[in-house]
Amino acid sequence: MKSKTHNRILRSVIVYALLFLLAFVMLIPFVWMISASLKLNKDIFMIPYEWITKDPRWANYVDIWTKIPLATYALNTAKLTLIVTVLQILTSSFAAYAFAKLHFRGRNLLFLAYISTIAVPWQVYMVPQFMFMRRLGLADTHLAIIILQAFSAFGVFLMRQFYEGIPDSLCEAARIDGMSEYGIYAKIMLPLSKPALSTLTIFTFVNTWNDFLGPLIYLTTDSKKTLQIGIRMFISQYSAEYGLIMAASVISLIPVLIVFMSLQKYFVAGITTGAVKG
Amino acid sequence: MNTPITRSARKRKMRQNLVAYSFIAPNFIGFAVFTLGPIILAFIMAFTEWDGNNPMKFVGVDNFTNLFTNDRFTSALKNTIVYSIFTVPLTLIMALGLAILLNQKIKARTFFRTVTFFPYVASLVAVAAVWNMLFSPSKGGLMNQLLMNVFHTDPLKWAASPKTVMLTIILFSIWKNMGYYMVIYLAGLQGISEDLYEAAALDGAGAFQKFRYVTLPQLKPTTFFVTIMLTISCFKIYDIVYMLAGGSNGVVNKNAIVLVYYVYEEAFRNWKLGSASAAALVLFVIVLIVTLIQFRGEKNYAND
Repeated sequence: MKSKTHNRILRSVIVYALLFLLAFVMLIPFVWMISASLKLNKDIFMIPYEWITKDPRWANYVDIWTKIPLATYALNTAKLTLIVTVLQILTSSFAAYAFAKLHFRGRNLLFLAYISTIAVPWQVYMVPQFMFMRRLGLADTHLAIIILQAFSAFGVFLMRQFYEGIPDSLCEAARIDGMSEYGIYAKIMLPLSKPALSTLTIFTFVNTWNDFLGPLIYLTTDSKKTLQIGIRMFISQYSAEYGLIMAASVISLIPVLIVFMSLQKYFVAGITTGAVKG
Repeated sequence: MNTPITRSARKRKMRQNLVAYSFIAPNFIGFAVFTLGPIILAFIMAFTEWDGNNPMKFVGVDNFTNLFTNDRFTSALKNTIVYSIFTVPLTLIMALGLAILLNQKIKARTFFRTVTFFPYVASLVAVAAVWNMLFSPSKGGLMNQLLMNVFHTDPLKWAASPKTVMLTIILFSIWKNMGYYMVIYLAGLQGISEDLYEAAALDGAGAFQKFRYVTLPQLKPTTFFVTIMLTISCFKIYDIVYMLAGGSNGVVNKNAIVLVYYVYEEAFRNWKLGSASAAALVLFVIVLIVTLIQFRGEKNYAND
């Protein structure tokens, strides 16, 4: 009996030691980021490192907005993210309704077309896609980035999975009452699918906000660039402006942090449905 | 006699079809034109020589034979494989360990889970910028300070040295992504019935034996799924390398170049679109093989 409680104490000591180590490893880069964003460049690699600066340099957070067009980048990113997320949710849930609840010719074939492309990484066809967009005159436009992200097979797949779980009898009853399919979609299915919509929203938001390779290939004009590309460009041009780089990084993380914190449980739900395209 | 009925039935059927197509059209048209089309084009382009301006020239399998004599491509293939071989098992072990740790009844469990998961959603440019400073090749970098003062070893050059550049990339990748796979493992752990553990306890099994004979076998389908997802995502690696090992102009040298970077470079720096597409198809074949293994595996688990 005595050894049992002894074991239990030992066990929780180990568990909490591991947890402490974990939090340390996961958080240090972020703590360091904030701490460095308030420093002068010459103090960043000072030994020993000062975690809390005696005289924080808030000016870094002011200067970064004039040093690079950060506001333009942020606005571009916000605009793209918003449009892509709305389009993705509308078109995916619309198409998914037909795949889950309607019978029509070619349903299986069309769905197979979607499924089979989920297995093809975007990196495999990014080159012909770019050439095609360029031919259409869409190189260096925001429209190209929107098109790139807004029609994913993943969204259709995720929404269909969810709709399959809603009983057909609900739709049948509405049909007998004379409701049109569009009415059923808008008044019954959409309100019921809030969890799936939230999952799709956060995935699309995070993916579009953080996308790097797409904007890198497509956007060449400075005033059209997104936060990720803009900050990256600043980093390669002024690699020694440590304080400013960290300030820009902190700013770019804030929107993701807010969205993530408020929709976290849907994010986790989305991953565990096992249908997530990385 | 029954023509009017069949006609009206046919009419209704057609109407139904049209309504269904109207639901699918907005997404499908975008998808067909901008995804399906380019995928087909990728297969054609791989067998041509094209700079994007002059007419395409059909060259058969030349692009593929040239790839395997190209030093940068073989390095890219080798690096990608090395990266995957280390990253897949290490991330998997970390994710499993974290899931077990964070599945226990502990205080502030949600906090620890969030903290572990956040790097996955944090934008890469920002976290890579911090890593470049923490893993700075200078002695003032935090990691080198740690090595010198706590472990009493020599400082490393990290991403600046051919010897340790891959190590730096792998460490970063594990740190950023393990939280994601941990979430999948957590779901797997929660799916294991309590009865199994109770039965094992009655048989006198200790903590380790429970793990070895209950947890691990029960998690087999999850582990399989995670391995597949991880392998595919490892082969698609690009931006981590670009940000940790790319010079000021973004050029990645032979020691760190990976498949997708090679595709990017051939296409958008050298404008050798045929050769780029051939390299992209090599990536496709690798991912396809992994996906087929997944299909077979899922069938097996479904039969269990």
